[in-house]
Amino acid sequence: MANITYVDASGHSSTVNLANGWSLMQGATSSGIEGILGECGGSCACATCHCYVQEDRLGDLPEPSDNELALLDNVASERKPNSRLACQIKASPALEGLVVHLPETQE
Amino acid sequence: MSSIVIVGAGQAGIQVAEALRAGGFDGSLTLLGNEAHGPYHRPPLSKAWLAGEMDSTQLLMRAPEALARKAIDLRTGVTVTHIDRDARQVRLADGSALPYTGLVLATGASPRSLPLPGGDAKGVLALRSRDDADAIARQMAFCQEQQLPVIVIGGGFIGLEVAATARKKGLPVTVLEAAPRLLGRVLAPVLSDWYAQLHRSHGVELVFDTRISALETKTDGSISGVRLADGSVLPAGLVVVGIGVSANDQLAQAAGLTCDRGIVVDACGRTSDPSIVAAGDCTARRLPNGSLLRLESVQNATEQGKSAAAALLGVHKPFTATPWFWSDQYDKKLQMAGLSTGADQWAVRGDMGSGSFSVYHFHGESLLAVDSVNASKEHLQARKLLDTSVSPTLAQAADTEFDLATLLVR
Repeated sequence: MANITYVDASGHSSTVNLANGWSLMQGATSSGIEGILGECGGSCACATCHCYVQEDRLGDLPEPSDNELALLDNVASERKPNSRLACQIKASPALEGLVVHLPETQE
Repeated sequence: MSSIVIVGAGQAGIQVAEALRAGGFDGSLTLLGNEAHGPYHRPPLSKAWLAGEMDSTQLLMRAPEALARKAIDLRTGVTVTHIDRDARQVRLADGSALPYTGLVLATGASPRSLPLPGGDAKGVLALRSRDDADAIARQMAFCQEQQLPVIVIGGGFIGLEVAATARKKGLPVTVLEAAPRLLGRVLAPVLSDWYAQLHRSHGVELVFDTRISALETKTDGSISGVRLADGSVLPAGLVVVGIGVSANDQLAQAAGLTCDRGIVVDACGRTSDPSIVAAGDCTARRLPNGSLLRLESVQNATEQGKSAAAALLGVHKPFTATPWFWSDQYDKKLQMAGLSTGADQWAVRGDMGSGSFSVYHFHGESLLAVDSVNASKEHLQARKLLDTSVSPTLAQAADTEFDLATLLVR
């Protein structure tokens, strides 16, 4: 389990308790958080669950796959060094307290 | 006070509900579903859900609290029997009525059944709902116990995804297809052949140009096999029928709305009644040239859902983006952008042998559609090309040294 805090582009934040193995995209969409779409259902195919991961915690995450990196080239909002796809980040105790910021737009 | 009733709690229904709230609608919002379950993701039903790799909370699109927080009144297990447009109310199977100021029809589609003797035998199943998927999973378990093969009727997306999942479970699978190739209505011949090879390499038996004369049953009424037109009988413990769907437009038809193999809507999801909109698989969209377009996809449900919600709020938000679809089979993700109908030339970009490539469909010089296999980046780029009506030449499309992104730079 991990408590993940999502902060949308207007600064509004919501914290969701995610079961192990749930992706950050699933956690957000299931809780009805605006700002993450996950159009493809979480199979790393659409780049509509773009998020900015708290920079000092980037090291707690597995490296992005080549496919994720390729999709990050096609995100709708600015790509930053801490850009990730939320569907590729799975909750585990190591992520407790992680904060992710959501971009202005996903499409 | 204004009240909006949404008939259908699938992908389109939930999208309309949330888009209405996001658009500032603060009246009452009722989401009616005829299944026992709240809104859930349908795409995994033929894949991870059927394979038993997902739990039911992950299948749900929204946690109940998330709906409650947005004051979306979800009612499951509710059947709407009638729309009374004069009184502006829908009548439910329990005899009650719900008044509306705005009505949304998001009633989805139903699988076509086999019009053949034995077509309703036990163990002959279609896949549309979670309950359908659960029934197929139970029958697959039975086949595993009894060492019986699975037969899939129809080499379309649903059938092929189910075939792939059945192979994952180690079941013998045969796919029967009436046409000479798989996915013939959507894919280029070269890609149909590639998919045939993919399924064969995973042990699926493919039979083309075949006609079925009957489904054979045991004395207890359960399926025992499929009889082909040539008289041969293929044994089966499960027959999955994937021969397409029909739009659920019966309520709309009975209410006198314009329907033509689907509820006819404009690009904004408006029906022939100004207070009724429709979205998703139940619709047939009237295009500027007068023809009707029926799409069955997640994107169509979500985008029409947004357009329909906007229309009810008096905002003009047409859905005109390039259609896109996807299908997961084994470790291959097929992503399709655009509509390939009418294509007469094709270019393959990348090495088909590598398992990551795209097929570009052209009509003359114009790019119509792009099908990408394990090439998501190229799929997203293709959607941009098609959205902006930019066509590479056939030679450019086939040349991996040529950067298609340069065509988009303005």
